[in-house]
Amino acid sequence: MTSTPTPTGAAAPELTKRQQRRNEKLAERAADAKTKLSSPWASGVAILIAILWTVPSFGLLVTSFRPQQDISNSGWWTIFSDFQLTTANYEEALSRGLGDGFLNSFVLTIPAALIPISIALLAAYAFAWVDFPGRNFLFVAVFALQVVPLQVALVPLQQIYLAVGIQGSFWSVWLSHSIFALPLAIFLLHNFMKDIPPALVEAARVDGAGHVKIFFQVLLPLLVPAIASFAIFQFLWVWNDLLVGLTFASPENRPLTVAIAELAGTRGGAWYLLSAGAFISMIVPVIVFLSLQRYFVRGLLAGSVKG
Amino acid sequence: MDLINPDTPGGKILLMVLAIILFVVVMGAILLAVDRPKRVPGWVIGLAFAGPAVLMIAGGLIYPAILTIIKSFQNRTSTEFVGMDNYITAFTESQFQIVLRNTVLWVILVPLVATVFGLVYAVLVDRTKFEKAAKGLVFLPMAISMVGASIIWKFVYEYKPVQGNIQQTGLLNQFIVWLGGEPQHFLVNEPWNTFFLIVVMIWIQAGFAMTVLSASIKAIPDDIIEAAKLDGLKGWGMFRYIQVPSVRPALVVVITTVMLATLKAFDIVRTMTGGQFNTSIVANEFYTQSFRQNDQGLGSALAVILFLVVIPVIIYNIRQMKKSEEVR
Repeated sequence: MTSTPTPTGAAAPELTKRQQRRNEKLAERAADAKTKLSSPWASGVAILIAILWTVPSFGLLVTSFRPQQDISNSGWWTIFSDFQLTTANYEEALSRGLGDGFLNSFVLTIPAALIPISIALLAAYAFAWVDFPGRNFLFVAVFALQVVPLQVALVPLQQIYLAVGIQGSFWSVWLSHSIFALPLAIFLLHNFMKDIPPALVEAARVDGAGHVKIFFQVLLPLLVPAIASFAIFQFLWVWNDLLVGLTFASPENRPLTVAIAELAGTRGGAWYLLSAGAFISMIVPVIVFLSLQRYFVRGLLAGSVKG
Repeated sequence: MDLINPDTPGGKILLMVLAIILFVVVMGAILLAVDRPKRVPGWVIGLAFAGPAVLMIAGGLIYPAILTIIKSFQNRTSTEFVGMDNYITAFTESQFQIVLRNTVLWVILVPLVATVFGLVYAVLVDRTKFEKAAKGLVFLPMAISMVGASIIWKFVYEYKPVQGNIQQTGLLNQFIVWLGGEPQHFLVNEPWNTFFLIVVMIWIQAGFAMTVLSASIKAIPDDIIEAAKLDGLKGWGMFRYIQVPSVRPALVVVITTVMLATLKAFDIVRTMTGGQFNTSIVANEFYTQSFRQNDQGLGSALAVILFLVVIPVIIYNIRQMKKSEEVR
């Protein structure tokens, strides 16, 4: 195993177990050896970075619970001497259209995560286990396409949607996210599939199982961790997306990110709305992230992130 | 009920459920059809399994991309060909030269600085008691949207003019005031405002760099560490001569990935300054020209420029993939 975070697939659980054992050993060793954090400079730098990465969010979180008057008159740090909290900002932000944005984000995100994963799974199966002409060429093409900037497709896609009559609807956003997710999804899932021992597939074939049966009964159960990690990825990506939502969703269908970005543009100084709005948009991804962190990190290590 | 544009919350949710059911039925029908006959040639199976994906990619990514390339040689409404005019505009007009300069700054600074922060932090907290919590703090910005991150930082940079009893509400300006300085208009003062926007992207991406690099630091074989220790290496020496060279392949992956993400992202610029005060980058200018100024020719040319910058990275990636397949 190299140290590159190339897709490790089925070898991953084994690796983590091995890593765990190694970590335990190293922890013992570290106990008597000098640990790096024992140097005051090193601990200082680590703490400084941790502060820089935490305080900005903390400040805005505190702000989102302060009364509107206080937000514009004093910094959030004064909360420590003058303690006053309210949820009024959240109520007002939700009533000003962010509640609709929240619902839209849900309606947009769930199909936009489910559809590309299913289609990519089938395609990954074909690329990994079905022999058909042009397979290698198609796979390399799909691989190359994962880095293509979305921007090159946006304007013509918008015109196509307009011609078909779905521009501005949920359909156009679902379709766009599905299309844009496919190259990376196929690539990653293909790598996981390739790591499943061929003997398993062969045995099923000898037993007379067709492709569909092999796909659903042999491969799919083994792929659950990979599917989970990509599903979380895609969920976060769609939920946090701005470009696709901005381009394709009409005002009544726009997701939360678009609603908040617009709020920042038109009412840049309205911190009582902006701070609450920002945290309303963060609740879902942060919950998903914190509860499924393990899968998310594995997904990260299995390849790369999308931009 | 309107199946294209429902306007009630219930209608929206119902439409979502219907769309998922429709999708499942169509995919099920395809699979069922393939499974029926006994002897099916390989290409039919390939078509059934890979067909939907290939069709979507060809129709939704490749075909539009070709149209965009054609549009980039046409005028603003795509009614006549103008040759290289749009590209000449993009590279010669001072307004766009600033956009290009900013993009170069973003694409170089974000990957480098984010990777350095990620690497240093990963090494510093590696195998300490608080490793998990410490890593979580730096990783969390990855989960929130760039729009959310932009708002968080816009607040840090918030500026109040010095007059009367007005207090600063932005943390950074309050620090400057505490230290006895003049508060700054961080997002307006050129050219430094671009750097303050870049900070936000670094803040988001460092967690990714840290996670990948931390995993590969942990994968350094024990015996190498032991041998280095016996040779008397520790602290900085260990970092410089053992850890950094060992994670080199991971460093390359992290830098290219962050670079690609940075090149395509426009959320931060759009949310924080809207590209004003000379802070625009190509990804943002693409949006402005295509959808605000309705100049499809220039917008398309900017999209193609983004694409051209990415091509070397695609080639590099394919090479890496071929190499890793040889290793397998």
